[in-house]
Amino acid sequence: MLEAVANGLLTGAVYGLVALGLTLVYGVLHIINFAHGALLTMAMYAAWVCWAVFGLDPYVAILPLVPIFFAVGYAVQRFVIMPASQGDDNNILLVTLGLSIVLENAMLAIFRSDTLSVQVPYAMEVIEAGPMLLSFPRVVGFGVTLVVALVLFLVLTRTDTGRAMRAVAKERTGAALVGIDVRHVYAVTFAIGCACLAISACLLLPSFYVNPRVGNAFVLVAFTIVVLGGMGSVPGALLGGLFIGVVESLSGLYLGDSLGQLGIFVIFILVLLFRPTGLFGARA
Amino acid sequence: MIEPDPAFLAVRNVSMRFGGLLAVSDASFFVKEGSITGLIGPNGAGKTTLFAIVSGFQKPTTGHVLWKGEEITARPPHLLARAGIARTFQIVQPFAGLSVRENIAVGAFLRHKRRDDAIALAEKVAARVGLTAELDKPAAALTVAGRKRVELAKALATEPKLLLLDEVLAGLNPSEVRDIVPVVRAIRDSGVTVLMIEHVMQAVMNLCEAVHVLAQGRIIASGTPAEVVATPAVVEAYLGHGAATRLSGKRDA
Amino acid sequence: MKDRQLSLILAFAGIAALVPLFVTAGTWLNFAVFTLILCLAAQGWNILGGYSGQYSFGHAAFFGTTAYLTAVLQTRYGISPYAAFAIGIAAAAAVGWVIGFLSFRSGLKGSYFALVTLAFAEVFRVLANASEITGGAAGTLIKLDVRPENFQFASRGTFFWVVLGMVVLAMLLTRALERSRLGAQMVAVRENEDAARALGVDALRVKLAAIALSAAMTGAAGGLYAQYFLYLDATIAYGTWISVEALLAPIVGGAGTVFGPVVGSIVLHSLSEFTKSLVGRIPGIDLVIFGIMLILVVRFPPRNIPGLIRRWRGTK
Repeated sequence: MLEAVANGLLTGAVYGLVALGLTLVYGVLHIINFAHGALLTMAMYAAWVCWAVFGLDPYVAILPLVPIFFAVGYAVQRFVIMPASQGDDNNILLVTLGLSIVLENAMLAIFRSDTLSVQVPYAMEVIEAGPMLLSFPRVVGFGVTLVVALVLFLVLTRTDTGRAMRAVAKERTGAALVGIDVRHVYAVTFAIGCACLAISACLLLPSFYVNPRVGNAFVLVAFTIVVLGGMGSVPGALLGGLFIGVVESLSGLYLGDSLGQLGIFVIFILVLLFRPTGLFGARA
Repeated sequence: MIEPDPAFLAVRNVSMRFGGLLAVSDASFFVKEGSITGLIGPNGAGKTTLFAIVSGFQKPTTGHVLWKGEEITARPPHLLARAGIARTFQIVQPFAGLSVRENIAVGAFLRHKRRDDAIALAEKVAARVGLTAELDKPAAALTVAGRKRVELAKALATEPKLLLLDEVLAGLNPSEVRDIVPVVRAIRDSGVTVLMIEHVMQAVMNLCEAVHVLAQGRIIASGTPAEVVATPAVVEAYLGHGAATRLSGKRDA
Repeated sequence: MKDRQLSLILAFAGIAALVPLFVTAGTWLNFAVFTLILCLAAQGWNILGGYSGQYSFGHAAFFGTTAYLTAVLQTRYGISPYAAFAIGIAAAAAVGWVIGFLSFRSGLKGSYFALVTLAFAEVFRVLANASEITGGAAGTLIKLDVRPENFQFASRGTFFWVVLGMVVLAMLLTRALERSRLGAQMVAVRENEDAARALGVDALRVKLAAIALSAAMTGAAGGLYAQYFLYLDATIAYGTWISVEALLAPIVGGAGTVFGPVVGSIVLHSLSEFTKSLVGRIPGIDLVIFGIMLILVVRFPPRNIPGLIRRWRGTK
């Protein structure tokens, strides 16, 4: 039980990282990105290719993949989502859905539906922490997530870009009036979200698998975390991630694997339904 | 002014607080059946908030709205519409994908289940507000003046007893204002009581029998238009502190 | 104008009815029946999404409910397939009403409504995959017993006509709705909910009527699917694929129109067959095309194929 909680916390940290990108995009762009899961799938395949083709350890693959996904994210927002959305909520919904369909099925066409994984020597290693045995990849994931969150926090608070992002999040028109290039800030935010996904992918791969639908498993979890932690809140995403990790781990323990996911969906629905709508429904 | 009992519409001690802002503060006024009553005041006085409360879109923090003696505070808008209270919006809200005829018919459907009846009523209402020529146009294609008329027609098509008009004249040029003033008067003459928020003072003086002045969330004066504009508090609300004395000083000199 | 609409519906019905007389190859008839079933699912989505403006990403919840009830009631409880089908449709409508009641009461709209419907469908999928009565992960098989009273027909053509009948019925229903008070109120709620409420429209009631009707239609498609393919599992019945299929066709063909879902389904599925014949059966390639179509349609107003044709003809 204690071990389940601890492992849940460790997995939850990576969930939090996945959710971080989503919540950042929501907070600044005020859009719900349905393609987030598919982008994660793409990042996991990229990490797998790095390992299978170039022999790169997934943890090392973080270095090339972060800039690549930053660029991908920037381009996707700038050249696909922004021109198509025209500011309409339903359009954004449809475009990001369309994007996720394209990406997911492009992966299916390229890699087929087989489940792939990487073989790394440390995949099964455990770390003894008092009475508990903790999986090594999860501990690494936890640590890296904390570092990334710290870096992100510093970027948001200490750099001009970060300040611009926060300004745009609060008051878009005002930010534009004082000369901030809102389109650029949007694209950078989306790019940072994708870079977070690249890191998450590299952290997940050693202990997880990849197939074309793997992102789906994460996307609803990420949405749950984001809603739970408060749309747009960075610390909320991390705490929400930890919480959901524990819930998943415990419901897996008590309900079995097939019903384990249910806990998350039910929390998700309940939070959406019973949280006062003013907190997030006001914009629509 | 003495409040008839029960008043046609009575607003009693209504306050509305948004966080730290008191948008409406202990406002009381009433509307006489068959009248055109004006609600005026400088920008940000709380007129639109008060309207939202009367039409059921917002629940006041405290206070009551009474309709023929019956409590209607915070009753949802669709039920108020059914009871006979219709409103227009300051920022006109046409159903963009629909033609003018269909726009008005949405209102007409309230009391007419059958499509033919609703359409027939919509066309009749359109004639009353001067939209007959535009019936087949998409509502989004009209000019500002045209959209204001659609807004008016939609509300009229619900066959209300009380019509709340939120700045139907704002944004119109003087000749358009001149065109629509008799339309409003004709609506009243057909038996519909009108309560209007208005900025165009000339129209208010022209149309309203009774006026209530709202400033900083409070009703600061009530009476006939002539009485109200002679009240120092009203002059000050519009022109700033001390304006009344300065003006009367000038007159004396 | 309106009579032209009616004659177009009848013309479509007449021409489509001829298909089984000329197309006898089993695979092509399968394709035609499958396309029509998806078309019916899309017509359902169109009521809620197209006319009422509430974009659901979880119509699988309705498709799967009727599909499973149609299958399970006859295989486990010996109820006539027709009765099972009818019960299934009513149940889908009820599920739609409940999901709608919970969501709309809480004021969910836009992306949040899409998310919550997606989550509901996933809950159904997980439950169906785990519970015994649906056959769990192994799925449910309807016994092959070809008799009309079993809702099974010796010829695929007969089934085609049955499905076509349902599609045409849905078109006529949509047309009637378009001209009714409820239809006008649905569009008003879509265009501007506050303005509609001010005109006496009970927005909650209208949205609930829309989602129940919508769920019933999409549910009917699920029941027909079960009856035609005689096999279901949780991924087929409650999978995301059907939620996506149901919304694609109306968006591409013209949401909130009688012909939108029909045009959209035919265009999308012909395109996907054409692509397959061109590049071979690469899995996922049809959906890649669908996704690109979706993005393009949203990117370039007037947002759907009939609109594009109209504009193209207009500029000539």
